[in-house]
This record gives sequence, structure tokens and C-alpha cells, in this order.
Amino acid sequence: MRQYRIAIALLFCGAYLCAYSQDMKGNKVPAVAIKTMNGILSNTSKFSNNGKPMVIDFWATWCVPCIMELNAIADKYDYWQKETGVKMIIVSVDTVHNTTTVSSFVKNKGWRYDVYLDPDKSFQEAMKVMDTPCTFVVDGSGKIVWMHNSYNEGDEDKVFEELKKITAK
Amino acid sequence: MKKIQLIVSLLFVSVVNAQSLTDGQLRGSIEIDAQTYRHDSLIGAPAVPEKMGLNSFAQLDYTNGKISAGIRYEAYENALQGYDARYNGQGIANKYLRFADSTIDVTVGDFYEQFGSGLILRSYWQYQLGVDNSIDGVRLKYNICKGISVKGVIGHQRYYWGEGAGIVRGVDGEINLNELIPHWDTIKTKIILGGSFVSNYQVPDNTTYNVPGNVGATAGRISINNGGFSFYSEYAYKINDPSVVNNYIYKPGQAFLLRTGYSTKGFSFSVSGESMDNMSFKSDRTATKNDLDINYLPTLPRDETYQLAQIYPYATQPNGEMGVDAELRYTLPKESVLGGKYGTELDAEVSAINALDTTNLNDLNTNRLGYSVNYFGVNSEIYFNNTTIELKHKFSPKFRMILQYVDEAYNKDVIQQEVGYQIVHCNIGIFDGYYRIASSNTLHFEFQELLTKQDQGNWAFGMAEMNFGSNWFAGLLDEYNYGNPIANQQIHYYTITGGYTKNALRVSLGYGKTRSGILCVGGVCRQIPASDGFSLSLTESF
Repeated sequence: MRQYRIAIALLFCGAYLCAYSQDMKGNKVPAVAIKTMNGILSNTSKFSNNGKPMVIDFWATWCVPCIMELNAIADKYDYWQKETGVKMIIVSVDTVHNTTTVSSFVKNKGWRYDVYLDPDKSFQEAMKVMDTPCTFVVDGSGKIVWMHNSYNEGDEDKVFEELKKITAK
Repeated sequence: MKKIQLIVSLLFVSVVNAQSLTDGQLRGSIEIDAQTYRHDSLIGAPAVPEKMGLNSFAQLDYTNGKISAGIRYEAYENALQGYDARYNGQGIANKYLRFADSTIDVTVGDFYEQFGSGLILRSYWQYQLGVDNSIDGVRLKYNICKGISVKGVIGHQRYYWGEGAGIVRGVDGEINLNELIPHWDTIKTKIILGGSFVSNYQVPDNTTYNVPGNVGATAGRISINNGGFSFYSEYAYKINDPSVVNNYIYKPGQAFLLRTGYSTKGFSFSVSGESMDNMSFKSDRTATKNDLDINYLPTLPRDETYQLAQIYPYATQPNGEMGVDAELRYTLPKESVLGGKYGTELDAEVSAINALDTTNLNDLNTNRLGYSVNYFGVNSEIYFNNTTIELKHKFSPKFRMILQYVDEAYNKDVIQQEVGYQIVHCNIGIFDGYYRIASSNTLHFEFQELLTKQDQGNWAFGMAEMNFGSNWFAGLLDEYNYGNPIANQQIHYYTITGGYTKNALRVSLGYGKTRSGILCVGGVCRQIPASDGFSLSLTESF
């Protein structure tokens, strides 16, 4: 049994080092079926923006820093789109019974983001999101190039810097 | 054990070959939570013989094209106080192999699934609560055509390091009329219909009662959206399911949910209603608490964010409750007199949850139906009444604040299964501020006060947390029970914390005292015992 546990531990360490050495930010967005607010199934691996970058943000209606971040980006979204062509994709991890809440919440805010629902957290788990808010910057080829957990005032500027780096290439 | 070793071996082979498979992706996550315990009789922190506890897990998933596999290793050495001691130990808690393409999706091993709102099936993992009712078996999802999808599950549920006695079987179908019917994809009204059936089989081995071996439950749901209007309703019915939770009565269970609302930019209004009657549904009729739940009963009030508002959180009552909830959000426009330069957000929510209007049938020696229900009546017994008013305002690019007022009536005897407290009435005031000192330094501070003449009396709370640059943070908080009627219980529960965060890594270290209470997420709760000591938390994903 002891050898078995050691083997498992080594497996995880090896896998971690293997993944890390390959640059963890090179992964593509995994394929998970999630729904739009209208209940239409969509495969996350098909997220695209005509070769331009995307930001994928995991949030919830009860998450105060999530709302702060999304509000802050909303204030700058026009400028971001003009400069980088970015598309914001926000994924709510509210439970199913809050689906109508998400819809009304987003409409109330006037956010012009693509909104998806992940009530069973399958996409969240596939993206290894440990907490909300969690923000990913995805390049035009669909590869994750940057990610960040939590939000402090001004963190949205780092997202924009990453977007500019991509579009400058 | 052979099955586990086989899957692990397959995964290992995939991992080893990962670099040679161009499309292969390896992802993982790790979390470690440790706490030391110091005996403190004043706050009721028990003497813990092992002096510390540790909960941790590491998840590894490998995907290559349509195939994916994963394992999760968990270690509880020993489980943190407040988590069930039956978690103590370590091993592989979750493993799966999956094939998925655009038409079919098959999983063998441990998986999580939900039908509709979860009224008759929801298997999920909530690490914070110590809840994991994953199903170990087979799941099939099949998209019959555009607009019609079905899924089926069969297996045993996780029960700490073993599996529950019952075999859970379920099917769910969903029809999206706008995708199914030609030309309906362009109409504004979006309609989705769904239906499901779940059955649990457990050997009817009760020596006192003639219990059913198979217990079935069915549910139907409808969702309609038209522009800013939304409507969702679901009804579920469960046949007689005598169990420890309902004191072995033979009354069928029913649940009804309704949510509707209207929203447009700057304004939204929603109303929700629910009725739950005898809807505890477990894969073992002798299970209690959160063990082996097949279904999930959603709660109407939102999860509280602030510390003092979490002292009296609501927990769904599976044996019966009836409630309504209404919420209004309004944004005062930017550059208006009341809205100011950046706009002001107002949010008001009212929740009222009472006991079901029941009549005791006094038939426990005959039919054992237990009680009858008048679904159109209102029982005067309050479980939970809450009115929350919130105001958010940004004064400048440097300073923003949130003000919140809560008026609450809380049936502590029912919700926390205590005796002698009855209804606790409290008022809570909250100030939450953010001040940006420099481009990447933000001071976050909170002041809260809870006023009540019952239970433990008044509380005050203060917190200051500073972010240094983009990676470091430090905070100090104090929860002070200054109004406790027992003088030596007027205690400061202080905590000092600091940490580092970068990309997906977050490490925090803290020291302090934690009051006893309950932690609830979505109406599902666990006890939190008082504690005094150091805590360490680390999360990382890749």
C-alpha cells in the first residue's frame, strides 16, 4: 500500500513538472458543453473571435470582486475592443436555480459580454479554476496565454497589457 | 482495486506519452488546507489530540482528442475540525475515463451530474462543505438531433472512502423548441422543456417497516425567455420513501419551484416561489445530514457575502418549507443628480420562508402517512424572514463603497436544530470600502454591526486588508461579541493573515480565533467548531 501511495505521489509530481516545463499557458481551451443564457448548448473549444484575442472570466452573481472586475472592464470595453478587437466571454458558476438571476443581473448591468452558464462547474473544473474571479486571456489561435486569480482595483489594466502584447505580435 | 489500478495505469501511460502526442493536454490542480488547534475553553475550542488537521487534494486530468481521463487524490490527515472524521485517511477519491464528441459523451468511473434544478438528481463536489456525492458508474449523454438531448446515469454514490448501499439510476431529456422546430430559431421567445426520472434501489432490509426497495422520483420543467422577460418552473414528485430523515413515514414527496422576472439595462425585478414537502432523497434510507443525497433542494435567499450576515444563514429544510423571494435592482444613471459621476446601484431583496401548513394525521401506528398538507395555506411558523437593502457607489477612481442593511428573523431551533432559541431577530449594518492608494495598492476595509437582544447578543466586526503590488496581501480582522449577555463571553475573535498570489498560485497564512457556527453554501451547511491556531492554505492549478 505504501508503494502504491508513493507511486501516486510521484505520478502527480512528474505530471506537474512535465506540464510546467511545457509552459502551462500554452494549453488550448478544453472542450466542454455549456449553455448560453437562452439554453443553447455550445462547445467551449469552439470559442473564437476571428483570430483576435478573447478574455474568459469566471464569475458569480454573489461574488463582490467579480462584479467589481466586470464593471471596471465594462467601463473600458469600447476602448479595449477598438485597440485589440477583444471579445469578453463571461462564465457564471451560479447554481442552476439562479439561472434567471444571472440573466436579469447581466441585463441590468448592461454588460455587452458573451454570457455562458456553468452551473455544474464542468467548465470550471476543466479550466482548473479554484476560485472566482478567475481571468484567462486567450490568443487568436485559442491558446491560453495568461491567467489570474482574484481581483484588486486596477487588475483589469494587467489584462489589457496582456491583450496589447498579443495584438502587437 | 484492480479497476482503479487499471485506470491509473492508463492515465499514467497517457501522461508519459503526453509530449509525443501533439494534441494531448495535461491539467491539474492542488489544494492544501492546514490548521493547528489550541485548546481554548473560553471560546469552546476543543482539545484536539493530534494538534493539527489537514485537508488536501490533487486533481490530474489528461485530454487527448475525444478521450479524457483523470484522477483525484485526497488526503485528510486528519480531517479539519468540522469535517466528518470518516474522511480521515488518504487515497484515490475520484477516477474516470471519458469519450466525448459532438453526438455522444460516455463516462466510466466517478462523475458529477445534475438534472434540471437538481430537485431529483444532483451529484456534486463542494470541498468547502465536505460534500462529495459523486456517482461511480456509467453516464451516457446523447444528442439525438439538434434541439433534443438525453442523458442517463447509473451507479453508486461516494460515501467517504466507500460507496452507498443504493444503486442510483436516472434519465433526463431536454427539448429546445427553438432549435428543434424549423424557423423557430429566429423568433424572440425561447422555450426549453425538460423531464427526468430517477430511481434508487436499496435492499429492503428494514426489520421494523415494510420499506420499498425501489424509490422513484420524476420531475418536469419549463423555461421561457423573451427579451427581458424570463420564466422558469419545475415540479418534482417522489413516491413514498420511508427513511431516518422523515421518521419512516410513507407520505410521497413533492417540490415546486417558480422563478420569473423582467430586466432591462439599469432595472430588474424577479420573484421566486417554492414549496418543498418531504423531499429528502438519499441512496441509503439510514443516511443523515449531507450523506448520500441524490437530490439538491435549492434555497431562495442568496448566499451572504459578509461576515456578520453569515452568523444566521439559511439552510433548506428537506422535510418541508414554503417560501417567496423578491428582488429589485435599479441603477441610478451616471452623471445624474443622485447617481453621481459613476452611477449608483440599488438592490433590495425580501425573503420569507415558513413551515408548510400541515395537519398531523396521528397515524404512526397505522398508515404512517404522517401529515397532510394544505399547499394553498400559510403556516404561521417562521423559518426565515430577511430584508436586505444594498447601495453601491463609486465616488472617484480611487474610492468606492458598498452599504448594506439587513433585517432578519431566524428560527435557530429549526435551522440549526438547537433547542430554546426560537426566533432570533437581528439587524445588521455593513460598510464595505475600497481605497486605491497607488496604481496597484488597494486598501479594503469593512465595518459591520449586528444588533440583537437574543442568542449571543450584539456583534461588531472590523477588517482592513491591504494589497501590496499585484502579488502580496495582508489583513487584520476582529469579530467582537461585545453584547454577549455572559460577561466572559464578550470575546474578540481576531485573525491576522497574509499571503502571496501569482497567476493560479495562492498561498495564505493566518493566525487567530474562529467562532463556532455553521457554514452554508446554497442552503447546504456544515458545522464549524470554534478554533484557535495557525492556518495555511495553498491552491495551484496548471
